[in-house]
Amino acid sequence: MHVLLQALDLVLSWQVIAALLLGSIGGVIIGAIPGVGPAVAIAVLLPATFSLDPLVGLTLLLGIYGSSMYGGSLPAILINTPGTAVNALTTYDGYPMTQRGEALRALGLAYGASFFGAILSIVLLILLSPVLAKIAPMFGSREIFLAALLGITLVIVAHKGQVAAAGMLAGLGILLNSVGMEPVNFTMRFTFGLNWLTSGLDLIVVVLGLFAISQAFLLMVEPNASPKMDGIKGKMSSAICEVFRYKRVAATGGGFGVLMGMIPGVGEFTAQFFSYTAARRASKDPDLFGNGSPEGLVASESANNAVPAAALIPLLALGIPGEALTAMMLSVFYVHNVVPGPALFQGQLHFVYALYIALLLLNLIVIVFMLGSSNLLIRLIKVPTRFLGMGILILSFVGVYSLRNSSIDCLIAAGFGVFGLILKRLNLPIVPIILGMVLGSIMEVKLRASMAQINGPLDFVNRPISGLLATAIVVIVVVSAHSSIRERLQQKHEKQAPAEAQ
Amino acid sequence: MKRVLSFLAMFRRERRPGDLVFAVAFLVVAVLAAAALPSQARFLGNKEFVSEPGFWPLIGVGMMLLFGGFHLMTTLNAPRLPGRLKEVLLWGRSLEYVAWFAVYVFAVPYLGYLPGTVVFAVVLSARLGFRSRLELGLAALFAVAVVLVFKTGLGVKLPGGAIYQYLPHSLRSTFMVNF
Repeated sequence: MHVLLQALDLVLSWQVIAALLLGSIGGVIIGAIPGVGPAVAIAVLLPATFSLDPLVGLTLLLGIYGSSMYGGSLPAILINTPGTAVNALTTYDGYPMTQRGEALRALGLAYGASFFGAILSIVLLILLSPVLAKIAPMFGSREIFLAALLGITLVIVAHKGQVAAAGMLAGLGILLNSVGMEPVNFTMRFTFGLNWLTSGLDLIVVVLGLFAISQAFLLMVEPNASPKMDGIKGKMSSAICEVFRYKRVAATGGGFGVLMGMIPGVGEFTAQFFSYTAARRASKDPDLFGNGSPEGLVASESANNAVPAAALIPLLALGIPGEALTAMMLSVFYVHNVVPGPALFQGQLHFVYALYIALLLLNLIVIVFMLGSSNLLIRLIKVPTRFLGMGILILSFVGVYSLRNSSIDCLIAAGFGVFGLILKRLNLPIVPIILGMVLGSIMEVKLRASMAQINGPLDFVNRPISGLLATAIVVIVVVSAHSSIRERLQQKHEKQAPAEAQ
Repeated sequence: MKRVLSFLAMFRRERRPGDLVFAVAFLVVAVLAAAALPSQARFLGNKEFVSEPGFWPLIGVGMMLLFGGFHLMTTLNAPRLPGRLKEVLLWGRSLEYVAWFAVYVFAVPYLGYLPGTVVFAVVLSARLGFRSRLELGLAALFAVAVVLVFKTGLGVKLPGGAIYQYLPHSLRSTFMVNF
C-alpha cells in the first residue's frame, strides 16, 4: 500500500499529467492518420524526452503507444484503411459494419473493446507485480542472456513465412550493434578506419531512419492520397457500452493480449490471431466473421490493446524489450541511468507502479476523449499523404540532429531511410534489425559476465530458470522447424495431387 | 470463411516485384562483410572464444550469410512477378529526397533553424505539388510550429545560425537560443 501511495505521488505531478494528456490525445490523432503510426511518432519524440524527467518522458511515449490503436481503428472502420498496422484485422469486420450503416456501433465496439482489453491487462499486471518482484531477482547474467536469446529466436520464428528474412535482418542488427570501438578490449570493429564510426551507430539514428525517414520517403515517392470520410451521427457512449454484451470475447482477447505481450518478440498480431480464432470457434455465428461480426471486432481490438501494458513486463523486469516500441523506450531508461531489470523491481517498485497507474489514467483520458471526438478526428486526418511525408521529414531532423548535433548522423539516418523504404515496399520486417541491435548488445554484455561465473557449458543451464529458458529455446526451434517442414511437404503434396489427377 | 482464410494469409510472406534484386544485394553485402571480418574484427587469442571482440560480428555476419542464403533460395523458387525495373526505379526516386534532406541538414547551421525549416518546408511543398498560397502558407506555419514546440518550448538542442550574427545585438541571443 505504501508503494502504491508513493507511485501515486509520482504520477500526480503536473508534468506527468501534462505528458499523459499530450501523449494520449496526440497518440489517438497520430494513430488515426494512416501512414504515420506510433513507431514514427515515438522515434521522432525520443530525443526530445531525454531532457525530461524519466517518468515524464516515458509517460509521454507510453501515452502514444497505448492510445494510437484507439485512433487507428477509426480509418480502419470508416474507410477500410488501418491507421496503424495492428488495426489491419479491424478492417475485416469494422468496414463491413460501416457498409451496413453501423459505423457508430462499430466505432463504439472498437473503443469499448480496446478500453476493456487495456484495463484488464493493467489490473492483471498490478496484481502480478509482487510475484514478478520475487521472480526477477532470480535472473542473473546467464538467465538474462538466455532470455535475450529467446527473444531473438522468437522474433525470427514469429515471422511466419518470413523466417529467413527475419533471421538475416536480425543478423544485420547484431552486426550493426557491434560497429565501433568495443568497450572491453578497445579494439575497432567494422569501422573501416573512419573516425566517425568509432563511437558506433546510435540506435536512435537507426530507428529514426528505418521507421520515420523511410515513412517520409515512402509517402513522398508514392502518389498523393487524401482520405475521404463521412461524419458520424449518434450517441457514442451507448455504442461503447455495448461491448459488455461481448464481455467473454473481450476478456479472452485481453487475456491473449497479456500472454502474448509478455513474451518478447511475439506481440499484437499473434494475440489477435489467437483471440480471433478463439472467438470464431466459440461463436454462434462463425460465418459472420470477416463480414462484419461484432464479436470479431471485439476480439481483435481487445487483444491488441492489452499488449502495450504486458510488453512492459520483460522490459521492466529483465531489461529486455519485446518489440520495436519498447526497444525505443529502453533508451530513455539508459539516458537517465535508470537500469530496467531485477534491481528496478526490488529497489524502485513505486516507479513501476507509477508507470502502470499512468497507463490506467491514459486509457481513461482516451475513452473520455473518444466519446466526442470522432468527427473532429475525421476532419484532422484528411491531410494529403505527400504533405504528411514532408512533415515527418522535418520532424525527423529534430530527432536525429539533436542527439549529437551531427550532420553525419542525419546522413546515416537518411541512408537507413532508403533501406527502410525498400524493406517496407518488399513487405519485409524492420523490427528484427532493431531487436538484433538491442538484444545483441544485451547478449554480448551478459554472456561475457556469465563466462566469469561458469566452468563449462552445462553450468549455463544448471539453475531452474536458465534450464527452463534453454529448454524453451530448443523446443521453439524444433517445433518451428518441424511445422515449417510439415507445411512445405503439405504444399508439395497439394501441388502434386492435381497433376497426378490429370 | 474466405475472409478468415485471407486473414491467415496476412501471416505469410507475399512475393513482391524487386524481391530478387534485394535478396541478391543483401547476400553480396553479407559476403563482403564476411570477407572484411578478419581485418575489421579482432580475435586476440587470450580469452574464451565467446568473449573475443570478433565473436558478435562473426555471429551477425554468420546469420546474414546463412539466412540470406535461405532467403535467396526461397526467392529464386517463387514465381517471378513483373515490374522489377519499375520497383527499383521507385527505390531510386527516394534518393531525390535524400538530397533534399542533406541540403536542409547542411543549410540549417548557416541559415538558422527557423529560417532554414521555413524555407525547406515551403520549397519541398512546392516540389511535392502543393503550390497554392494556402498550401505554401500552411507549410510555413507547420515549420514555425515545429520550431516553437521543439526549440523554443522543449529546448531541444538545435543549431542557431551563422546568419544570426548579422542581427542587432539585442535580438541576436534571443534568436540563437529560441529560433
